[in-house]
Formats: sequence, structure tokens, C-alpha cells
Amino acid sequence: MTEHVEAVTFPGGIHPPYRKSYTKDKAVERAGEPEVVVIPLHQHTGAPNEAQVAVGDEVRVGQVIGATDAFVSAPVHSSVSGKVKAIELGPHPAMGAKVMSVVIESDGTETLHDSVKPRGDYSDMSPDDVKTIIRDSGIVGLGGAAFPTAVKVSPPKDKPIDTYLLNGAECEPYLTSDHRLMVERADEVVYGLRVLMHASGTPRAVVCVEDNKPDAIAALKKAVAGLENIEVTALHTKYPQGSEKHLIKAVLSREVPTGGLPFHVGVMVSNAGTAVAVSDAFQKGMPLIERVVTVTGSIVKEPRNLLAKIGTRFGDLIEECGGLTGKPSKVLMGGPMMGIAQYTLEVPVIKGTSGILVLSEEEADFGPTVPCVKCARCVDVCPVSLLPLFLAAYSERKMYDMAEASNALDCIECGCCSYVCPARRPLVHAIRVAKAEIMQKKRREMQAAKK
Amino acid sequence: MELERVVVSSSPHLRSPATVPVLMRDVVVALVPAALAGIVFFGYNALLLTVASVVAAVAAEAAYQKVAGKEVSVGDWSAVITGILVAFNVPPSAPLWLPVVGSAFAIVVVKQLFGGIGSNFVNPALAARAFLVASWPAHMTRWTSPFDAVSTATPLVTMGSGEVPAYADMFLGNIAGCVGETSALALLIGAGYLLARRVIDWRIPGAYLGTVSVLSWILGPRGIFTGDPLAHLLAGGLLLGAFFMATDYVTSPVTKKGRLYMGIGCGILTVLIRLYGGFPEGVSYSILLMNLATPLIDKFTGPRVFGHAK
Ligand code: SF4
Ligand code: SF4
Repeated sequence: MTEHVEAVTFPGGIHPPYRKSYTKDKAVERAGEPEVVVIPLHQHTGAPNEAQVAVGDEVRVGQVIGATDAFVSAPVHSSVSGKVKAIELGPHPAMGAKVMSVVIESDGTETLHDSVKPRGDYSDMSPDDVKTIIRDSGIVGLGGAAFPTAVKVSPPKDKPIDTYLLNGAECEPYLTSDHRLMVERADEVVYGLRVLMHASGTPRAVVCVEDNKPDAIAALKKAVAGLENIEVTALHTKYPQGSEKHLIKAVLSREVPTGGLPFHVGVMVSNAGTAVAVSDAFQKGMPLIERVVTVTGSIVKEPRNLLAKIGTRFGDLIEECGGLTGKPSKVLMGGPMMGIAQYTLEVPVIKGTSGILVLSEEEADFGPTVPCVKCARCVDVCPVSLLPLFLAAYSERKMYDMAEASNALDCIECGCCSYVCPARRPLVHAIRVAKAEIMQKKRREMQAAKK
Repeated sequence: MELERVVVSSSPHLRSPATVPVLMRDVVVALVPAALAGIVFFGYNALLLTVASVVAAVAAEAAYQKVAGKEVSVGDWSAVITGILVAFNVPPSAPLWLPVVGSAFAIVVVKQLFGGIGSNFVNPALAARAFLVASWPAHMTRWTSPFDAVSTATPLVTMGSGEVPAYADMFLGNIAGCVGETSALALLIGAGYLLARRVIDWRIPGAYLGTVSVLSWILGPRGIFTGDPLAHLLAGGLLLGAFFMATDYVTSPVTKKGRLYMGIGCGILTVLIRLYGGFPEGVSYSILLMNLATPLIDKFTGPRVFGHAK
């Protein structure tokens, strides 16, 4: 091994109740074929796609239905075979507004598109060809940020990457989709990682898993046995251990500079689920048309890990878990710390849907918001060492300049501060507002400078 | 399946079980041993003083909020704490109206007029103590011995002439002093509870007591390094102040480094006032002064932000 891997940790962070036992031992099962899928054309960070099909067209599994020439983007593919019923604005679980979506009625035959066939051995290909396949397969980061993977593995030439970190922390409570993938498909996780290393020219990799998943660690250790340049590291279980910057800090003791990205410190990070998607793209030729979704919560009748096709409605997956046993008060896409609250179950699974979490009324009721008592809990847990109480107070008073001067833009929106606040102050929300205002001001200034 | 009445709010969607009332109630629980010790050593009047003070604090808060048209927030237990602390800071022989006036002053003038919980810039109970000392100095300095209530002096006064009661008596609380400050044992039990429940952080009391120990040892009566740190720790209201008043969230720094400075500052001031000041008791004034410095300390002790240059 090259340099010594030192398991340091980062200051701050929290230990929320993890509540993973609902699903952590449940093997991934394929969800039933949806009758209809609603596939948003925009499921990633970057430029939206344009529809490549028309209403009435017959499409097959794996066929491109949305694409664009923009660099930062990823095409979308049909997850079913059937007929395009509509191309219209549809609900989206992550974007505030409705987005253009292709509605396809499945014919139930799951006929594959001609383009779906194994790609051969990646190690015979040039990194650029590998990147082209990654891009054509529509692969984006599956951890939630949905950044196009082909773009990610193409850092500036003058920034050599020495270490690839595979993020299997899955530090969000309730979620087990990555956990199950690592246990059940460890070989494919490692295969995908090796493809990613090849594409980015990275000599070594560390697979990072929180120590509350010993079965995943064991499976991965077995999968990397005999590989010189990949090791598996157990991480301390602590939220937000899965934050890219904190993962890098914990595993390599390197600190990504403010405003910087992992490649600034020679590191690349991808999620474990992303590696499996890459593996599928090469070994089966299957683009990203499905993913594992943890459907969970105390009032979900039978919580499960489901392999769901992109475009399947949340409501259908919840039905597949036996429905709900109580009144839902909140439905989230993602985990309870950073997940996005939904207002309808009509929203479809997208590439970034790691989980569907239903919270009951008791779970979602935190009690009233009262004045800040300056208990400093938010300060003690902030993994970025910010002073959240002051940032939020500046934001609430519209003092955005003060918020900017106090480094509001460094906030990773992990939610630790709001989680611990005994006064129930909406700290992250206020800081988000300040960040948006600061960014808007910056854009205005840049535009003014251009004129 | 449609969703009716779901909440669409910003993340996070989980919260820790600690709420403001839960934390405040923990502080009240932690003060109970000291209250019991006060009653054991000073008798019935100590109980009456405490009850009257708490009732006055809660009533003053509720009345003020009613009159001002604000939401009545006495359910958060913070007024109860203020009431107990005011009672703990008066002599056991004080007339009942003394802590009642003090509590009303603490709640109305120091807390509510500045905007209520979270907005006062000094600790209400300590401000009340200073107010009572200034207004009724005779009542506030009439010390009696435990059990027999005979007039006597407190260890801090006698310490000046080199006379210190037995450590065991000081530790148990069998000495003259305010209602709630004499029993180190009872205060430490409460403090241990607060630390274990993570209601308070070790930094302020740790730095405070550490500084007092070192400094009182160095600045001894018979030259350098001849002091009696143990007597200084056990005498007067130091433990009560260090664990229950200097740690008041609202009036102490929020940064980790700032909390250490708060403790060190309180420690230095306490020793200087005790050894060279006009009063024997330095704790309340030290904490009050450091309360005033708190915003400044917070301003200059912000931690290095992740990813920023060292
Ligand atoms: S945790 Fe809440 S109450 Fe405590 S200091 Fe932060 S904002 Fe204030
Ligand atoms: S301020 Fe931002 S980074 Fe710090 S705890 Fe709150 S959400 Fe996380």
C-alpha cells in the first residue's frame, strides 16, 4: 500500500437514531412492473435533456428518450418497453416546479433495446472511451447529488488524482439501499470502482463503509482480496460521515479548501450505488434505468429494499410494501436528515431516489419553535465549525452580508444544527435562504461586471 | 393514495429529544440536592424562601407576559430556575419579601424588559443578587450558623484572618452562607447530573475552578504558593456560581474557546476580588462582568471554518 491511511474523524457531527433495522437485513427485491412510468427529462445536476421520442412512439428498455449536447448533463433512457403516451410537465421529487417528463405505458414484455449489450473489457479501452460509455449510459451520482459521473471523472488535467474513495458510508438514518448493494453485489461494486479508476486514471482506491455495516465490510473485503490497490476501511458511524469533504478528512486527513472540490486535494469520490450502475453499464450494457430504493418508516406495513424502475410512482412502491398502517405526516425522498418532503405520491422515482421514507404524525411533530437560548449545541455539532445560531439570525434579519462574512456559503446543509436545537429553530432553512440570496447577489455582480 | 395534510417542510425531519423545557427541567432537578441541603442546615426558613422566590418568579413572568400581550411561557421552566437561584443567593435568615422582590426584579427588569428568554445580557438571578445587596445590604449580609441560627461570619470573611472551618464541614455545608451555596456535596451531585445529561459543558466550570485553584494557591497570604486552594473552592458561592450560573446559556459564550475564556476570566476576577476587593464574595460580580464581555468573546473566538486557511 502507498501511504498510511489514518482513521481520523472530523469535529462535530451527531448520532441520530439510525433506525436501519426495518430494512437492513432485507434482500433487494425487484418491484413489480409498473403499468405506467413518468420519466422526468431532468434528473441530474446540469442542463436538462430534450425529448428524443414523440407521443405514440414504441420504445424499448434502455432506449434513449432524452438527451442534450451540453457537457454537464446525462441522457435518460426508457425503463420499460411500451408506448409513449404523453410528453408533458410532471411532478418531480427534487425540483420545486414540474418538469418535462415522458409518460410511457408499459406493454409488460420488458423487451430490450438493441443497444443493450455487454461492452467488453474496460481495460482494453482508452479512458475517453470508458467515459463515453459512462455518459451514454446516463450515469449520475446515486448518492443524491446526481452529478453526471462522466463529468466527475474528468477533472482538469493539472490536478492529478491519487486516490478514489468509494463512499459506502450511508450515514442517513433509515436508508439501507447502498448497504444491501454492498452486501449482495460486492463484486459488481468493486468492478464498477475499477472502471471508474481506469476512466479517471486513479492508481488506488479506498472503499469506505461505516462500522455499523459489518456484513458489507466483510463482503467487500472478500471482493477486493488479491487486489493490491484497493482497500476497505471501516469508518466511525457518525452523521454526516458520508459528506464528501468529511469522508476525505476522515480517511485521508486532507481538507478540501472552501469553495473547492475533492479533486483539489487529489481525490475523487463516488457512491457505492454509482459503482454498481457503472458495472451494469459495462457488464450488461444496461444504462441507468433502475435503482434500489429503501421504502421505510414505522407506518409502512412491510418496509423493503426494492429495485425500482426509474419513473415508478412513489405511491406504487408504497403499495408494494403493503401500504401504510397509519396516517402519514411526511413523505420524504431520501433520509430524514437531508431528504426532501413531498406533497404528492404521484412523484416518480428518479436516479437520485435512495429512499422513500414515510413519517408518522408523532415522528414529525417536534414541538413549537421558541427563542434561541444560546445553548451552543448547534455550534458544537456543526461539522464545518460554523456558528449556526448567528448565521440563522443574520438571515432572519435579512443581514445577508453579515451571513456571507460569517461563511454561510461553507454550510453543507447537513442539518446537524437543526437536529440538536432544543429551541427547534429552523436553522438550516434560514441558512439556505441566506445562501440563495448571497449567490443571487454574486450572479448579479458578475453580470454587471460583464456589461 | 393521496396525501392530505402532509407537512412539506425543510430538512432535517428528525430532531433530538432535548427541548428547552426538558433542559431547564434538568437544571431544576440538579438544584434539588442543594435545596435539600439548605433546608437541612438552615431549617424551615430556607424552604419558605425558596418556595416564595419560585412562586414570585413564575408569577412575575406570567403577569408581565399577560399584561404585555405576549404568549405566557412559564411552561419552559426557566423562571423556576431563576426563582431557585435568587433564593439560593440570599442569607437563610432573610425576610421572605427579600427573594420575592429579587425574583420579580430578575424576571421583569433583567429578563422581560430585554425581550424575554434568550435576550437578557446578564444572568437575571445574579443581577437580582447585586440589586438586593445594593438596596438592602444589612439583610443580605446577616449570616447565621447552621442548625442554631446564631449570628456568625462566613468562611470567606474568616479566611482573611487565616481561620478556615474544617474541610469536612465546608464540604457538607455545615457552615454559614447563602441558602443554596454552602453544601459542596449537594452542588457537586447536581453538577454531575448536568454534566452526565450533557445539559452543561465542562469548559466553563472546569476553566473557572481550575483558574481559582491555581491562582489562589499562587497568591497565598504568606507569599507565593502558600494559598489554600481547597478552602477557596469550598467557600462562598463558587461551586454554585461555576456550575449553575456561569454556565447560563444565554449569558455565556457559544464558542468552545470562548467558554474556556469565560471560565478563566471568572476565575481571575473571583480570586482578585476575594483577595484584594472590598467584598469577600467575588463570584457574582465576576460572572456578571464576564456576562457583559460575552458578546465580545464570541466575536473574537469563532473557530477556524472547515476548509479555510489556518
Ligand atoms: S442550538 Fe438552537 S437554541 Fe441552541 S444556540 Fe443553537 S440556535 Fe440557539
Ligand atoms: S450550519 Fe450547515 S454545516 Fe453546520 S451543522 Fe448546520 S447545516 Fe450542517
